[in-house]
Amino acid sequence: MNLDDLADLAEQYRAADAGVEREVRVCLAASCQSSGALPVFDALTAELGKERPACKVKGVGCMGLCSAGPLVSIAEKDSTLEDSVLYRDVAPEDAGDIIASLDGPPVERLRCPTDQPFFARQQKIVLENAGIIDPDSFKSYVAVGGYAALVRALSEMTPADVLREVTISGLRGRGGGGYPTGLKWSTVAKMPATQKYVICNADEGDPGAFMDRAILESDPHRVLEGMAIAAYAIGANKAYVYVRAEYPLAVERLQTAIRKAKRSGFLGNKIADTQFSLEVEIRLGAGAFVCGEETALMASIEGLRGQPRPRPPYPAESGLWGHPTLINNVETFANIAPIVREGGDWFAAIGTERSKGTKVFALAGTITNTGLIEVPMGTSLRDIIEVIGGGIPGGKAFKAVQTGGPSGGCIPSQHLDIAVDYDSLKTLGTMMGSGGMIVMDETSSMVDVARYFMEFCMTESCGKCIPCRAGTQQMHSILDRLAKSQATRAELALLEELCEVVQATSLCGLGQTAPNPVLSTMRYFRDEYEAKLGDA
Amino acid sequence: MPPPAKQPNVRVVTLNIDGRDLSAREDETIIEVCRENQIPIPSLCYLDGLSVWGACRLCLVELAGQGRLLAACSTRVAEGMQILTNTEKLQRYRRTIVELLFAERNHVCSVCVSNGHCELQYLAQKCGVDHVRVPYRQVAYPVDSSHEMFRLDHDRCILCTRCVRVCDEIEGAHTWDVMGRGSDCRVITDMAQPWGESDTCTSCGKCVQVCPTGALVKQGTSVGEMVKDQHFLPILARRRHAQ
Repeated sequence: MNLDDLADLAEQYRAADAGVEREVRVCLAASCQSSGALPVFDALTAELGKERPACKVKGVGCMGLCSAGPLVSIAEKDSTLEDSVLYRDVAPEDAGDIIASLDGPPVERLRCPTDQPFFARQQKIVLENAGIIDPDSFKSYVAVGGYAALVRALSEMTPADVLREVTISGLRGRGGGGYPTGLKWSTVAKMPATQKYVICNADEGDPGAFMDRAILESDPHRVLEGMAIAAYAIGANKAYVYVRAEYPLAVERLQTAIRKAKRSGFLGNKIADTQFSLEVEIRLGAGAFVCGEETALMASIEGLRGQPRPRPPYPAESGLWGHPTLINNVETFANIAPIVREGGDWFAAIGTERSKGTKVFALAGTITNTGLIEVPMGTSLRDIIEVIGGGIPGGKAFKAVQTGGPSGGCIPSQHLDIAVDYDSLKTLGTMMGSGGMIVMDETSSMVDVARYFMEFCMTESCGKCIPCRAGTQQMHSILDRLAKSQATRAELALLEELCEVVQATSLCGLGQTAPNPVLSTMRYFRDEYEAKLGDA
Repeated sequence: MPPPAKQPNVRVVTLNIDGRDLSAREDETIIEVCRENQIPIPSLCYLDGLSVWGACRLCLVELAGQGRLLAACSTRVAEGMQILTNTEKLQRYRRTIVELLFAERNHVCSVCVSNGHCELQYLAQKCGVDHVRVPYRQVAYPVDSSHEMFRLDHDRCILCTRCVRVCDEIEGAHTWDVMGRGSDCRVITDMAQPWGESDTCTSCGKCVQVCPTGALVKQGTSVGEMVKDQHFLPILARRRHAQ
């Protein structure tokens, strides 16, 4: 199969829907479903009936503004979210009005403007299909140009060409560490081995992060396409997606996507009629945060206890069952198809000097627009929180934003103008992490925040190495006493000492970064710690 | 003319540890080179003859040009490495780690059967732990005396998993494993049933001999009487390797 054949196929799929002019798109991602999108979908389908062949009710993926869900958009076929009429907080009773308005003016009482900064300031690469295509439909993905990058790579590019494009793009791992993706791929590609593996890390466990879930629920084929391109580039024929079992909808959509892609010849044996084959299997995480750490994740896939091992050897050298393994995050793989399609230079033109492309952030906490956004790297934190996020509700003042989850740190208001990328966040004592942003207002106690994250790390520690197992517990008990105004100055000094030891000596990233929330809240809000001392 | 020299598979490297220039095979780890040259490095989970575990974090060393500390047990040597094994910072970290261990469970030496023959006790003395700064957790752990020859006291366990590894790798029974997570971790026999009811245990006693503390001991021993013998392990491991 070449690109022309694929274009014919896409044309064929589009022709099957030729009669449809307008679409009623209902967000059926997890957060809208939890606020009642399924009854809305049924009501709209029933209301539309069969009399209007030119209209169609369609379940789609995440539209971003989760706090306003269930979201419904009325769009001309093939148009984007910005060009559609968007309705917020839709209830099943509104179905009649919405369907009636298809021929007339929109229902103003439900309207959610799409020209507001939340939508207008975003730049979508990873989420370009989210909220537009039906995630359960293979045809829907191919109709918008899906799998063209894979077919292009297989029919027109050598593995070395693919590696070059990914390296030129400057893409860095979206899971948190920011390791250059091109470098990781070429390292695995250079390993002399007959058996290699590709793993997609979808064990997103940070509190307040839901980027990977939204991507898998909105556009699962894009992740599979990225994985297939990666497997072709490094010479692997077996891939695993490690998803946490807490994401049942993502797992279901991924299973459907794998099945349909396989049936259509885009996964499995002889993909797109070439000699390249790839088997993709799903492995479910059993609820351990530490299994997001790559060596623990691989142990879990192998059926062992999910705990990390010392590195080196890195997975690129010795991974799954000792074979060279490429392991990337969901969002990293979701960036691959556009890079192969548009070229590495196109991608490298977006973002900052050392962090290229866009980043998906999950806005959570006390912020007006809770949800998912995608902005170019280098967007200022103030833009993200005050303009796109709509600021703090209820007239409260902004206090800090936690990035990077329990491994990251907080950023106070005096640093809001920083341009967000991997390196700038590091200088502030936090990290990009997978992209969760938890916004806190003036009523939040930073000692409580530190205690919460320490409790998270303590309960999620696997128990293998001593500093993390026993250290997080001791730190938590000091923070707990601090929060209750019982701790002494000596205990505060001990807390700082423990932070240093745990950070320097722990075996894996979980322990090494567990003290970060404490250290960063201490750095910016030392006075709150002092005020909580029992012997002050 | 002599035949051309055959290139060996493993090369020899030179490196510097604590100011001493040493040679080593490149497939050796830092801790092996240190033990060979009588450079003391504290460790609890590492044991010659068993697989590397890398969990006690006591063998961390400083490598010049590398901000991160490296575990001597899991890091291979390389040409030109400059290693420091006993800096002030490392001493401080080691001391804190040993203190954390003492506070985690009930390590009361004066009533322990391993008193005087305990690796944790010995390390505490070496690391200068004259008192423990973190509060003791004072959690009650059970004792399993169901086995006719041996006894397991969770109070003394430091979760080094030497028993798990020796049972799996040397004896081949895999009676031991770890369950739970975080500080709820504990070693178990078979499917967490009493040791005496274990179907797989061969009563070989290797786990007891490799246990660094008084967690695994012989029945009938009293305070200070449990002396352990680990000499069998490297010999067994090498012989097996040679086969």
